[in-house]
Amino acid sequence: MAFLHVQKTTNKFKSLKNNRSLIPYLLLAPGLIWLSIFFIFPILQLGATSTKTPAGEIGFFEQTYRFQNYIDAFLASREQFYRSFLYATLATILALAIAYPLAYAIAFKSGRYKNILLVMVIAPFFTSFLLRTIAWKQILGEEGPVVSVLRAISIIGDTTTITATPFAVVTGLTYNFLPFMTLPLYASLERIDPRTMEAAGDLYANGLTTFRKVTLPLSMPGVVAGTLLTFIPASGDYINAAILGDPKSKMLGNVIDAYYFRIVDYPTAAALSFMLMVAILILVTLYIRRTGAEELV
Amino acid sequence: MAQDASTSARGDLILRNLTKTFGDFVAVDDLTLTIAKGSFFALLGPSGCGKTTTLRMIAGLEEPTSGSIHVGTTEITDMKPYQRPVNTVFQNYALFPHLSIYENIAFGLRRRGISNDLIKEQVDKVLNLVELPQLAQRKPAQLSGGQQQRIAVARAIVNRPALLLLDEPLGALDLKLRRQMQIELKWIQTEIGITFVHVTHDQEEAMTMADTIAVMNNGKIEQLGSPDDLYDSPKTAFVANFLGQSNLIPGTISGNDGDNLIVDLYGNKIAMPKRRSSATGASILAGIRPEKFRIAPVGKGATGNVLNGGVVSDISYIGVSTQYQVEMPWGKELMVFEQNDDDSDFLKKGEPVVLSWEPMFTFGLDGSQDASAGAH
Repeated sequence: MAFLHVQKTTNKFKSLKNNRSLIPYLLLAPGLIWLSIFFIFPILQLGATSTKTPAGEIGFFEQTYRFQNYIDAFLASREQFYRSFLYATLATILALAIAYPLAYAIAFKSGRYKNILLVMVIAPFFTSFLLRTIAWKQILGEEGPVVSVLRAISIIGDTTTITATPFAVVTGLTYNFLPFMTLPLYASLERIDPRTMEAAGDLYANGLTTFRKVTLPLSMPGVVAGTLLTFIPASGDYINAAILGDPKSKMLGNVIDAYYFRIVDYPTAAALSFMLMVAILILVTLYIRRTGAEELV
Repeated sequence: MAQDASTSARGDLILRNLTKTFGDFVAVDDLTLTIAKGSFFALLGPSGCGKTTTLRMIAGLEEPTSGSIHVGTTEITDMKPYQRPVNTVFQNYALFPHLSIYENIAFGLRRRGISNDLIKEQVDKVLNLVELPQLAQRKPAQLSGGQQQRIAVARAIVNRPALLLLDEPLGALDLKLRRQMQIELKWIQTEIGITFVHVTHDQEEAMTMADTIAVMNNGKIEQLGSPDDLYDSPKTAFVANFLGQSNLIPGTISGNDGDNLIVDLYGNKIAMPKRRSSATGASILAGIRPEKFRIAPVGKGATGNVLNGGVVSDISYIGVSTQYQVEMPWGKELMVFEQNDDDSDFLKKGEPVVLSWEPMFTFGLDGSQDASAGAH
C-alpha cells in the first residue's frame, strides 16, 4: 500500500513538472498568435503584392513575380526616400538635444515637482496625434505667435512664412515624438546612482568631465532606446509632411499613401513599404552595432 | 591652482566653527576640530547626529553654512570637490558600473593627466595592496560586496590624497567580513600613512580601528579621545551609554575622604576617585561598567563598594560570559557581565544577590543629565 502511495505521488509530481515546462509557451501564445495574424501574415501579403502587375481593371492585379517593381518604385521616389531619412535624422537629433536636458532636470533637479513634470511630458498623448499636428500648424501659422515674434525681432522678413516648409515638417516631427525620446532617457538617468557622479567629482572630474565619463555612458541605454523610438516612426511618418509640408517636403509615407489610396497602384506601394522597412532595419542594426548597445539595452 | 592643492596640500585637517543648517534643522553645530596628519580618526554617533554631513562638507559635497576647513595651511572651504586633496570611500562604494575595475581605479589618475605607464604601475600596486590583482578586467557588478569595498578603497588611495574619508564603509557587509575589513583597513592605513576620517554609527568598529574617536550627538562633539579614554572616562551620559554599556545610578555627593568622594546611592554609601567625577554640583550619576561588577549570593564576602538588596531578574548565557539583569530595590535594573572563568555555580532567577566593585572603577557624571541618553 505504502509503495503504491509513493508511486502515485511521483506521478503527480511528474505531471506537475510537465505542466510547468509548458508555462513559457502558454505565456508566449497570445503574443505569438497576435503577431502571426497581424504582422507576419500581412508582411507576407505585402511581399506577394509587391511583385504583382495590373490585370485589366483598376484595383486588380495578378502575380507575375516582377521584381523590377522595386527598381521602378525606388527610381520614381528616390528623392522622398532620402528626404524621409534626412528629416527623421534631423528630428531625432533635435529631439535628443531638447529631451536630454529635460530628462536630466526631471531626474535630478526637480525635487517634489518630479511627478507633475512627468505628467506634463505624457500629457500630449491625451490628444490625438492628428489634432496635435493641426495645432502645431496653427502655432506656426501666419497669425500664430512664432511668426509674429520672429517678425517682430526681424529674424524673418515680413513675407517669409514657416508653414509649408521643411522646417515646419521637422519641428512637427520633433514635437510629436519628443515624449518617446524623453521617457526612456528619464528612465535611464533616474536609475543612475547620484553617488557615482559625486564619486567622479571626488576623483578630480569637473562637471563636464563627470558628464562625459560617467553620466552620459550610464544613460546610453536611454539614448539608444529614445533615438530608435523617435527615428523609426519618424522615418515612416506622413501626417506631419501632409499637414505641415508642401509638395517639395513630401516624405516616403506620403508617396506610399498616394500610391495606395489615390493612384491605386498596390504593387508599387507595397514595394516602397517593403524597402522602407528593410532600410530602417539595416540602419537600426548598424546604429546598435556602432553604439555597442547590445550589452547596454 | 586647483591641481596644486589636490596634490600638495598636506598637514592636519582643521575644522573651525563649522556649521551646516538645512532650513531650521541644525545638522552640524559650530564644530571646531583638529585631526592630526596621519591619524585614524573616527566620527561616531547615531544616525542624524551630523557626522555624515561633516564628512560631506570636508569632501566638498555640501557647502558649509559658516565656518572654515583647512588642510595644513591651505583653506579648502570653497574649493570644488575635484579641487580638494581629499578622496572618499562612499557608503555604497559608488563604483562606476560601466567601467572595469582597472578603469575605476585609474579614473582619478587619468583626470590628473598622469601617463599611461605610470597609471598602470600605480593601479597594479594598489590592486596588490588590496590583494585583488586578478580582478582588474572585471566589472563592478561581478564582484562580491567585500571585493567592491576593497576596490572602493583602492580607487581612493591610489590618488595619495592628504585625507581619506570613509562614509560607513563597512555598513553593507556581514559581521564576519566586517571584522576582517576592520583589520585590513587599519593595516592599509598604517601601511600608507594617509589621514583616515571614518564615519560610523558602530562603536565597535570605531574602537577597533581609530586612534581618536569623536562622539557626535545633535551636531556637536560630545567627547573626543582615544578609545580607552572614552570607554573608561566618559564625560556625559550619552557617551557612557553609546560607547559600550553603562549602569548610571543617580545619587548625591555626601562627603569627602581624601582622594575619594563619598556618594549616597539610594542609602548605599559608596566611594569613587575624585578625579573621575565630572559632576559640578551635589547631584551625580555614578557610572559602573557591567563587567566591573562582582555578583554574589547574599552572605558571601563582598568588598569595596557594595549595593545590597538586588534580585536576579534575567540571565543570558553567552559563552565567554554570563549577563545578569539585577532588579534593585529602587525599581531600576542593573546589568552585570560575569566572566565564566571559575566553577562557581550559576545564580538562579529570583535569587537575592549583592553587587560589589572596586571604588576605582567608578566614574561620576553630572547629575543633571538624562541617565538613558544614547542607550542602545
